[in-house]
Amino acid sequence: MAKNISKIILLASMLILFGCSREEVPHTRGVYMLMDTSGTYTKELEQAQRVINFILSNLNPGDSFAVARVDTGSFSEKDIIAKVQFEDRPSRANQQKRIFRDKIDKFVKNVKGSAYTDITGGMLQAIEWLNEARTGHNTILIFSDLKEDLKKGFVRDIPLQLSGFSVVALNVTKLRSDNIDPREYLNRLAAWQERVEAGGGTWQVVNDLERLESVLTF
Amino acid sequence: MSLSNFLMITPNPVASGVIWFVIISIVLYIARAHAHQGILAASRTVRNALRLSAHSVMLLVNRLHQRNKEVLLNQGREAAERIIEREFERVDATVRRDLAEYPALHRLLSEEITKIDEDYKESIDVPPAPPGWVKAVEAVAKIPTTKGDPMVGNVLEDIHQSLIKANTKATEEYRKASHQRHQLLTNMMPHWRRLRQLLTQVDKNINSLLQRSTTIDRHMDEFEGIIHQTDRAARMLSSSSLTQFFISLFVLAIAVGGAVINFHLIARPLSEMVGGTSYIMGFQMNNIAAMVIILVELAMGLFLMESMRITRLFPVIGALNDKTRQRMVWTFFSILFFLAMVEAGLAFMREILMEEDAATRAILRGDSVAKEAAQGSYLWITTAAQMGMGFVLPFALMFVAIPLETFVHSLRTVLGVVMVGLLRMLAWSLRFLGNIARYTGDTLVHGYDLIIFAPLWIERMVKGAKQGEVKKKEKKNVDSMHFGGAA
Repeated sequence: MAKNISKIILLASMLILFGCSREEVPHTRGVYMLMDTSGTYTKELEQAQRVINFILSNLNPGDSFAVARVDTGSFSEKDIIAKVQFEDRPSRANQQKRIFRDKIDKFVKNVKGSAYTDITGGMLQAIEWLNEARTGHNTILIFSDLKEDLKKGFVRDIPLQLSGFSVVALNVTKLRSDNIDPREYLNRLAAWQERVEAGGGTWQVVNDLERLESVLTF
Repeated sequence: MSLSNFLMITPNPVASGVIWFVIISIVLYIARAHAHQGILAASRTVRNALRLSAHSVMLLVNRLHQRNKEVLLNQGREAAERIIEREFERVDATVRRDLAEYPALHRLLSEEITKIDEDYKESIDVPPAPPGWVKAVEAVAKIPTTKGDPMVGNVLEDIHQSLIKANTKATEEYRKASHQRHQLLTNMMPHWRRLRQLLTQVDKNINSLLQRSTTIDRHMDEFEGIIHQTDRAARMLSSSSLTQFFISLFVLAIAVGGAVINFHLIARPLSEMVGGTSYIMGFQMNNIAAMVIILVELAMGLFLMESMRITRLFPVIGALNDKTRQRMVWTFFSILFFLAMVEAGLAFMREILMEEDAATRAILRGDSVAKEAAQGSYLWITTAAQMGMGFVLPFALMFVAIPLETFVHSLRTVLGVVMVGLLRMLAWSLRFLGNIARYTGDTLVHGYDLIIFAPLWIERMVKGAKQGEVKKKEKKNVDSMHFGGAA
């Protein structure tokens, strides 16, 4: 009888442990936001700040969030402006959100434009960081005009492993040359979409930030 | 050789069809008797099988009905026993209370009566005794008088004056005595009133006992009906059980609403303790913890009601001795009280978290008005309301035990009634299908005959012709006999 009871208890504990370990991963969310700081795009950073605040207000305890700048060489941890994994306790998570916001505010005030734009490097860094965070639903937000401008010698012709990732391009502004030949803009978007989808990810573009709430359903 | 080639006996399809029809008609005509028997036997078999099944189902229905009745009557008997027991306890309490007071009441009544008696005796009207010297006056009055004797006149005048004086005095004394007697009678009034009050109280007690005895009589009648297993008692209990089922269901639905509110009140703040990111079987840990707390509260409430002998879901608790039961009452109440305090604390924590959330959102939006609103001075009202709800709801949920007990008991009856209904419907369907099978057999037989109408028509013609000949022969024989006889 005692043997049977111990077996039942063991089975129940295994079931609970299995339930915990199996279900924990898919319920957390990871968001990595790339902010273009090159050239004239720095003027758009206030918009980026609003997007960050919106994301912060929608994330829950257990979720991970990082904001990184896109500069000459973005495949680096040094480019991560702020990163956080929200604690289990909601009160602590709220404090973390406030600290995160302050860091971003500080960065936006003192930002200096970079000469080149390495979006692919930033994407690779985002993939690496999100994979390490072991979050269930991964989203990469690219706040940029998507015009990649690499420094000579930088190799970025690398396939992106984006299986299970959602990539959202935000505020893709039209350049002067795009206005002259819109095909350039369309081709740029199409090229990124192809690259993302080839890597197994999903692609979305949101230019009207008023629609952000309906598009970014965290 | 294809089927169409096989069917085309002649190049003309109509002619082939006619030939085939004739062939089939002949074959079917030859096999008619056997075919009819086969069709009817098959339909009878199906019908009998279905009727047998319907019969079995009906037997099951009867058994179930009988079992339901037994269960219902048992439940009714137990309920009636409980009610009668309670009534007797009340009567016992009334009798104990009133009879315990009876010696005192008796003494009070005796005292009052004695006082009234004494006062009555004192108030008896005693006529004043005539003064003793009246006889002397009479003797003096009889002295023969001489005309013109002033002496006698003076004596008589004096006597007259003395008499008037004595009379006045006697009248005054009598009046005084009467006044005293009236005073005594007036003093009797409060005693009478007291006496009347005491007797009214006695009357009230007696009436209460009589009313209780009437109620007990009524319950005893019902109880006897249940004991004798009368159909009327079963019907009454069934109807009562259905009513109780729906009422208890309604109350349980309200309780579920209360439990849901309670759940939302404590689930969020629990994430501060157990975390909000762990999952068990797909459910958040804090939600599970909140559910467990509510279920523990319900269980404690159930045990508390059970220990107080309000419900009887667990006979083990009811059978415990009074001392142990009392201890259990206090234990369960303490646990419930503790959980209520915990819930009040969690409700407070919830409000703090919500305010903090709102403030953070306001900061992130850069909305200063919302930030101020999130820290508004009136928020203590919602905090107090939430804390109050957190404290009260566990105690409110405790009373779920009463409708739950009713629900559990009435559910058995309702399920029994529903099962009987379903089985009756099944029996009816089986009988219906049996009849359909039977009439399908008849229809098939008629259909069969319709296909071979031509041979049957020929058969009828031949038979008709034969019968005509036989009739003619019989008629001829009869005529010859008549004519022969006449000759």
